[in-house]
Amino acid sequence: MSIETKESEEIDIEGILGSAVERREDPALITGEADYTDDIQRPNMAHMAVLRSQYGHAAVEGIDTSGAEAMDGVLGVFTAADLDVPGEVPVGWLLPSLKTPPHPLLAEDRVRYQGDGVAIVVAEERYIARDALDAIEVDYERLDAVVDPREAVQADAPTLHDSLAEGPAEDPPEAEGESEESGANVAFDWEIGDGDATDEAFAEAAHTVEVDLENQRLIPNAMEPRATVAEYKPGTEEVDVHMTSQNPHLHRLLMSGVLGVPEHKLHINAPEVGGGFGSKIHHYPDEALATWAAMELERPVKWQATRTETYLTDAHGRDHVTHAELAMDSAGTITGMRVKTYAGMGAYLSTFAPSVPTYLYGTLLSGQYDVPAIHCNVVGAFTNGAPVDAYRGAGRPEALYVVERLITLGAREIGMDPAAFRRQNFVPSDDFPHETPVAVVYDSGDYEPALDKALEMVDYDALRERQEELREEGRYLGIGFSSYIEACGLAPSELAGQLGAQAGLWESGLVRVHPSGSVTAFCGTSGHGQGHETTYAQIVSDELGIPYEDIEIVEGDTDEIPQGMGTYGSRSAAVGGSALSTSASKVVEKARRIAAHQLEAAPADIEFEAGEFSVAGAPERSMAIQEVAQASYLAHDIPEDMEPGLEETSFYDPENFVFPFGTHVAVVEVDPESGEIDFERYVAVDDVGNQINPKIVEGQIHGGIAQGVGQALYEGAEYDDNGTLLTGSMQDYAVPKAEHIPEMEIDNTVTPSPHNPLGVKGVGEAGTIAAPQAVVNAVTDALQPFGVDHIDMPITEEKVWRAVNDAGGS
Amino acid sequence: MYPDSFAYERAESVEEALALLDEHAGAEVELLAGGHSLLPTMKSGLASPDVLIDINSIDAMQGITDEGDGLSLGALTRYADVDRSAAVWEDATAFAEATHHIGDVQVRNRGTVGGNIAHSDPASDLPAALLACGGTVVAQGPDGEREIPAEDFFEGMYATALDEDELLTRIELPRTGDGSVGAYAKKPSPSSGYAMVGVAAVLDTDGDAIESARIAANGVMDHGVRLRPVEDALAGEPLDRDTIEAAAGRAADDLDDVMMMSDLQASSEFRAQLVQVYAKRALLGAAERAGAPAPAASD
Repeated sequence: MSIETKESEEIDIEGILGSAVERREDPALITGEADYTDDIQRPNMAHMAVLRSQYGHAAVEGIDTSGAEAMDGVLGVFTAADLDVPGEVPVGWLLPSLKTPPHPLLAEDRVRYQGDGVAIVVAEERYIARDALDAIEVDYERLDAVVDPREAVQADAPTLHDSLAEGPAEDPPEAEGESEESGANVAFDWEIGDGDATDEAFAEAAHTVEVDLENQRLIPNAMEPRATVAEYKPGTEEVDVHMTSQNPHLHRLLMSGVLGVPEHKLHINAPEVGGGFGSKIHHYPDEALATWAAMELERPVKWQATRTETYLTDAHGRDHVTHAELAMDSAGTITGMRVKTYAGMGAYLSTFAPSVPTYLYGTLLSGQYDVPAIHCNVVGAFTNGAPVDAYRGAGRPEALYVVERLITLGAREIGMDPAAFRRQNFVPSDDFPHETPVAVVYDSGDYEPALDKALEMVDYDALRERQEELREEGRYLGIGFSSYIEACGLAPSELAGQLGAQAGLWESGLVRVHPSGSVTAFCGTSGHGQGHETTYAQIVSDELGIPYEDIEIVEGDTDEIPQGMGTYGSRSAAVGGSALSTSASKVVEKARRIAAHQLEAAPADIEFEAGEFSVAGAPERSMAIQEVAQASYLAHDIPEDMEPGLEETSFYDPENFVFPFGTHVAVVEVDPESGEIDFERYVAVDDVGNQINPKIVEGQIHGGIAQGVGQALYEGAEYDDNGTLLTGSMQDYAVPKAEHIPEMEIDNTVTPSPHNPLGVKGVGEAGTIAAPQAVVNAVTDALQPFGVDHIDMPITEEKVWRAVNDAGGS
Repeated sequence: MYPDSFAYERAESVEEALALLDEHAGAEVELLAGGHSLLPTMKSGLASPDVLIDINSIDAMQGITDEGDGLSLGALTRYADVDRSAAVWEDATAFAEATHHIGDVQVRNRGTVGGNIAHSDPASDLPAALLACGGTVVAQGPDGEREIPAEDFFEGMYATALDEDELLTRIELPRTGDGSVGAYAKKPSPSSGYAMVGVAAVLDTDGDAIESARIAANGVMDHGVRLRPVEDALAGEPLDRDTIEAAAGRAADDLDDVMMMSDLQASSEFRAQLVQVYAKRALLGAAERAGAPAPAASD
């Protein structure tokens, strides 16, 4: 089943795009040759460690740093009072009525989550810095904490930010009396869709179903913890920062504001980055603190997070508490959907946090279905936990979990087969572009073939028969569907601006053909495991007709790349790939004019194929693109109005999102006695548009499903009532291991995006978005004989056992 | 430092180790064998001993030897060596199978049998296996050697009958008869891999009937415990599925639910359920080795 890779030399240039070329980045990564941030050494380098609150909520009455300062090898101990910086940790996405509390780099008089930074130590050695943390005495006055987003917005909940407690938000939401919450911990109260039309749909519905569900808080667990190496050059006032970043240009822009370093003096480089899953998009205090310390001490400073710090401080994901309802007519056609969600924001607003449970969530609630009326209200709540922000999928897994749980319950209510119910309610293939009632327009889609293929792969009818037979034997097989949609490559910038983004969402790509005919291409995305060096080279090779081996890809360096928005949200292929494709096609157009000039023909008469320019009808009059490159730099004989050289830059701003989709089917057997869940099959049919490299697509689907299965069955951050993280290490937080992941059977359909030059859609988050509800639907399907309709994730053995017992027993 | 600083001593013989224990009496001393429980707690700051005595070079505590009436496992025998030992699989199947389920390959290549037993981690795999196999712990102290039956060895969470001036030198597993079969069934925590519940079962049979049974569980109480109601329900009964199911259903009968382990991954109530399920699986596994009818597919 698995796709065989090929070496690039085995592939004709015409076939390079779409081939399973071996990932070129892997030899360096797997042999240890690659440099990660912690591999970087500098002469005279000092080390920073951060003292973090052990309490979830406390007033800081005083800090005594004298003991630490007196230690040998300690260069400095700094608290909030010592930081003379102009900025605070910024919020990059604003909503109407959003409350943005202060978020200083170090806590001033209050710590609001376990892990909140209180002081930093810079020392000659890493271990000295860590030891010195123990010598700092902080006088804490413990405060009551609140960790549940629904409880946090009640009027009697402990207030996190006193500055927000006075009076209502300046710009109250338009919903009249929609929310009863009035607590000072309400970060925002947001809605989308038509409330009246939705209420009407429910009033007239023949059938309705509802469910209370939680989408639990998750901890990202990138393989490489966050790290920074910062250097300051007093002579030139330049600041060089190497850091674990998914978007160096954005970090440069934000850190420039926080530290007051002009953007042109701040250089940010993301060396090899060991995964992110969103956690390395955001601007945290720590990277800025290390940079500040390097400037303050005029010495290179390294900060390397421990795994414990990763658990405590990397922005967590999800944390939704939701009530959702679905309305149907008597024939089982969906007429409306109503969703109310409390979204935990954690103690402060992380960089893109406000967008995740709102525009990346509410806009996806139509799923693959033609839903006439939807209304969604989301209340964001400050809680005494780590800030919550984008984590693989970011809002979309939460949305599709709601949709696909409702659809499954709806089918059950109507008494229809869940596959047939989905089919009946799909957006028909002739209705694209499709405008949903939640503000987005699906670019293209054809949902039935993916469902059909998945049904065929699991041999659905026979499977249902076997399910019946096994039930007779007291065995419980379950079949779960997830017909999901994803929105990637958030765009265009104008729309993003209207929605509150404090950034554009274009991407830049620079394609430089060197005089010898080899190529370096630069892209503003910033890969950290995705395989861009391979896939981007395939795109550029295909466009230019220059061999794949002659193309080098550069990402992640603000000094080399024109500008960039980074890698997240499954955007790199659709937006970054399109930017490179556009630049490469501009290169071809310039080269065509040079070739026409040298071949003494009109540009319109020059044909271009597989790297060769030739005169139409006279194929012997031709020039290779490499020869054109040489001519362009010699500039001895190029068109009069033309500048020498052969390189082009594009800022590609997509006209819309892209909307990948697919159907996943999980088949599980559940043992009611032990609560254990065994996978029998996991079938995934994904449509991610055109595929640049099917092997990389397959790898992304595999990894995504693994993470989605992790959420469904294993992972979940737990805080106690004091805001102490109970799942603070891999000992207690179950990151799934290979033995926990089902064997995946993967296939695809191809429905190209109509609006980008590659017809690609995006695949990085597909599996993560699809898998949780496939598994949950399978488990609850298995437990139908017990009348169990819902179990919250992670579905541990104990939850299964309790659900069966509560329902009347095994 | 990370971990806190400590003095390092290396003992080349049991006598030298005992002398070092005596020399550092009063200080916080830890013996370093495989280090797989100790070093993580030191790195995370949960333990900061003043002195580490490395006992890995003591030849007398290595390896598996056949003593005629049983097997002797040197305390420093690595899990992997137990798992590879045909003799242990033959004579103490439940012990071998429990060892097979510890950690992963790297852990099994380094971790030691003696270190495991001496640590008495409630979620470890070997205590129940040692109890079910009727094993004995041999300790050497200033006054010489003493034998401690497994029954008397485990006293609580990380607490054993071992004195501070004693060294656990070897484990003895008695030779079993032809009709003796054993098995270990484990529910690992998905995060740590330690036993949420693990049950070791040893049945002495004459082929058709169970003469006697020794069943013990890890992960349920603060240390490995015998499940006597199960044993009693099996003794003298026919070796069949009905007997096993009925007996396994009594696995939690004598366990004090107030003292039962309870954590994020499984409450005490659910552990009481799991210990019954896993007692059944261990017994069915043992029965299968006795040539009893194969258990149904769902088990």
